[in-house]
Amino acid sequence: MKSAFSWRSFWRGAAGLVFLLALWEIFARSGLFTQALTPPLASIAKVGWRMLLDGSLAASAAYTLGRVLAGLSLACLIGIPIGMLMGRFRPVEKFCLPLVSVLMPIPSLAWVPLFILWFGIGEVTTLLVVSYAATFPVVYNVWTGVRAINPLWLRSALAMGAGQRQIFRYVVLPGASPYVFTGIRLAFGRAWIAVIGGEMLANPAAGLGRAIFDAREFLDSEVMLVSLIAIGVVGIAFERLVFQFIEHRTVARWGMVADAGSGRR
Amino acid sequence: MMSAPFLLLAAVWEAVAIAGVFPPKLFPPLETVFGTLASLSIEGILWAHTQETLLRLTLGFLLAAVVGVALGILMGRFRLIEDLFLPAVSFAYPIPGLAYAPLFVLWFGLGNLPAILLVGAASCFVIIINAWKGVKAVKPLWLRAAEVMGANERQMFWKVILPAALPYVLTGLRLGLAQAWRILVVVEMLMAVERGLGWMIFGARQFLNTDVMLAGVMVIGIVGLLLEKQVFERLERYTVVRWGMLTA
Repeated sequence: MKSAFSWRSFWRGAAGLVFLLALWEIFARSGLFTQALTPPLASIAKVGWRMLLDGSLAASAAYTLGRVLAGLSLACLIGIPIGMLMGRFRPVEKFCLPLVSVLMPIPSLAWVPLFILWFGIGEVTTLLVVSYAATFPVVYNVWTGVRAINPLWLRSALAMGAGQRQIFRYVVLPGASPYVFTGIRLAFGRAWIAVIGGEMLANPAAGLGRAIFDAREFLDSEVMLVSLIAIGVVGIAFERLVFQFIEHRTVARWGMVADAGSGRR
Repeated sequence: MMSAPFLLLAAVWEAVAIAGVFPPKLFPPLETVFGTLASLSIEGILWAHTQETLLRLTLGFLLAAVVGVALGILMGRFRLIEDLFLPAVSFAYPIPGLAYAPLFVLWFGLGNLPAILLVGAASCFVIIINAWKGVKAVKPLWLRAAEVMGANERQMFWKVILPAALPYVLTGLRLGLAQAWRILVVVEMLMAVERGLGWMIFGARQFLNTDVMLAGVMVIGIVGLLLEKQVFERLERYTVVRWGMLTA
């Protein structure tokens, strides 16, 4: 159950934020670092406003988000079937599990230099790194989800004469869906990290990570900080709005998990 | 048969390498990769890089663990500290630590210091959040019981709150270590450190030493696996499981 909006928690949050901003302002004006490196709030806000108006911030964010979504789709396309097969069929599980458990702990970004050699600098490499990061959480969670299906459901479907296809469509798919969603959510988090690293190392055309990296050359701390904030905001917004919406419309509606908003209806 | 999938994968790799689909410099056959791995380890180069990477990981993670656990517990115990830090922590938590890398280079220069600080900064938020949640999740009944039995603030902390919050704290530490490990490799590429596995891979690209890069990726995978299996599963067995907070 989500707690209702309360002014008290709002003021507490606002106070914390003000405290933090004040701390930064003191730090910036203290001259501990030069102001070129730690700009005061006013100039950050000014640059942020400018980047918002001329559309460069939106463009970078769109590039980055597009890459994440493309990589995530690729990861789902590969990861969900493999995970399902692993969960359903013992030989597939026996074959894939050792590979997955060896490849999973390798940080996706460690592959970047190698991918650059193989696929060149730019879009392809970034996309591959993002998909690599996102695939394993999907595979792992789908696999777990299929195995976590109540065996009673499978047996009762079987007893009622369901074919392999019907079992898959009406039992396995909805039964595993909460785990599938958890996997995709985790994968989004991983992909969001990988895309920033990929953009810094593999030099694609544009993007928030790229913007930060390029701004360093010109000592443009304001641009770096604004892009940093944008990365946080876009990540949180996507996670909160999109994923909660999808979950609400699918898994929660099928009655597989308790819905956060259902108490209010 | 655990090895069957690896043998098949190795066979496919070997077939592609020998067929010459890609130039051998870019796609070396496995014997070259393992030969490089062997010679690098015999010459001690690999060990020097691994040592440096592990040292950086340890320092960065220790920094994150000390700051993160302390702040998380304070946030859980005292309302004022929670009010002041929670908005910042929950905003910074989802920002990938890597995004700070160029900023840290500007502030602290290149080399070891910013690398360690960045690893620490990237892994501390998940530790803070979990420690805070752990303290919040302590059963109020235990607190009241301890209070009734006359426990003072210190006893309350050491005997009730800390053991009760420990499963969460350890989860946070585990996630933090995984995060630190994932980011460290890239940090080494971006910060121009002197040695390190990430740096080895990155540097080998300049000379088209694909075999060195593949050997480096292998070692990174092995270290990652060992960290998870050997360090944390053990730690968990010795503490929370033994105290009966979790069943193994």
